[in-house]
Amino acid sequence: MAMTQAEVLAGLSEIIDEIAGVPADEVTPDKTFVDDLDIDSLSMVEIAVAAQDKFGVEIPDDQLKDLKTVQDVINYIERASVTA
Amino acid sequence: MRTHQGAPGARVLAFGGYQPARIVTNDELATSVDTSDEWIRSRVGIASRRIAASDETVADMAVAAAGKALAGCGLSPADIDLVIVATCTPEVMIPNTAAVVARRLGIAVPGAYDLNAACAGFCYALANASDAVRSGSARYVLVIGAEKLSQWVDWTDRSTCIIFADGAGAAVVGPAVAVADAVTGQSEPEAGIGPVAWGSDGNMADKIFIKDRNSFIVQEGQAVFRWATTALHPVALQACADAGVDPAELDVFVPHQANLRIIEALARKIGAPQAKVATDIIDAGNTSSASIPLALARMIERGELSSGDKALLIGFGAGVCYAAQVITLP
Repeated sequence: MAMTQAEVLAGLSEIIDEIAGVPADEVTPDKTFVDDLDIDSLSMVEIAVAAQDKFGVEIPDDQLKDLKTVQDVINYIERASVTA
Repeated sequence: MRTHQGAPGARVLAFGGYQPARIVTNDELATSVDTSDEWIRSRVGIASRRIAASDETVADMAVAAAGKALAGCGLSPADIDLVIVATCTPEVMIPNTAAVVARRLGIAVPGAYDLNAACAGFCYALANASDAVRSGSARYVLVIGAEKLSQWVDWTDRSTCIIFADGAGAAVVGPAVAVADAVTGQSEPEAGIGPVAWGSDGNMADKIFIKDRNSFIVQEGQAVFRWATTALHPVALQACADAGVDPAELDVFVPHQANLRIIEALARKIGAPQAKVATDIIDAGNTSSASIPLALARMIERGELSSGDKALLIGFGAGVCYAAQVITLP
């Protein structure tokens, strides 16, 4: 079942709040993880692992460095869900 | 053919730890590499670490820690008949560190070998020691984790030089005392060292390595972090299950002191909210095979743990290799 972008964003916001303590309303698609949300490389791994549990989409480490904004992750999850 | 009759169980009789004198703070590192106290604390949870003097060897540190462990249980060197040194940073490959350490401690003719399972080394060695006592191959075993990682670190590489450190920890392992069961009156071996849950995965051999004798330690931080925070808690829980100890009964959780964020993630995942969690890394750094016995020795020294406490240990590191067991503290 394909999820809408809004549903992925809502799920992702929950994860980011839980792992990095960033309130959900601050997590908007245009935000960058490192500069805007102050999320470091290890927290990115934790977010990827939690996203895998939630969305069933694996984000390998070598892909993680290219996912700079929240929208990048939404797109990645969307593309991978469609392929799956 | 006859075989040995061993003890019904094995236990740790004493721990001992040793740290080199020189303290290296984050601020000191920030003068030579592009980093800061805040950055290091938030990424790995280390405030300071100990670094050995240039002429201080792995064997020196091993002897110091082992001497304290021996003194702690009142055994004399003559009582020891096996010495295992877990290390991945020996001064030289030949001769092994264990025989040198044994001679310097005055242990006459023990079995002696080095064991390399990287940061899992102490838990591997402890399992070997327990098995040796239970099989009758040895009665008292000296188990030592000792490392001088500073000589294998590129001090211009800020991703590794902030993490690794030097030190040693030791345990004396011997036969468990038989205690009478209150109900049946039958004599049962006191629970001392539980079954080991261990394994390895050579698919990840390229995630932590030293290429050759002229190279420094290299680590793929994200890959190691992902592995450590997702693959290891089932191993720790397996060790609990094999020992018949519910995680809720644990008094202390002592994972390898790799990174405070790994330690905290593992602690959350094993579900033992009442257990103390070793955070020795904060002022000891990552001392590989030494980190678990060193953390235990220091916590015992500070009076934070009691005799009879149940401790869950899990070592993990390059290879990758991992090993976990539940022990009763001396």
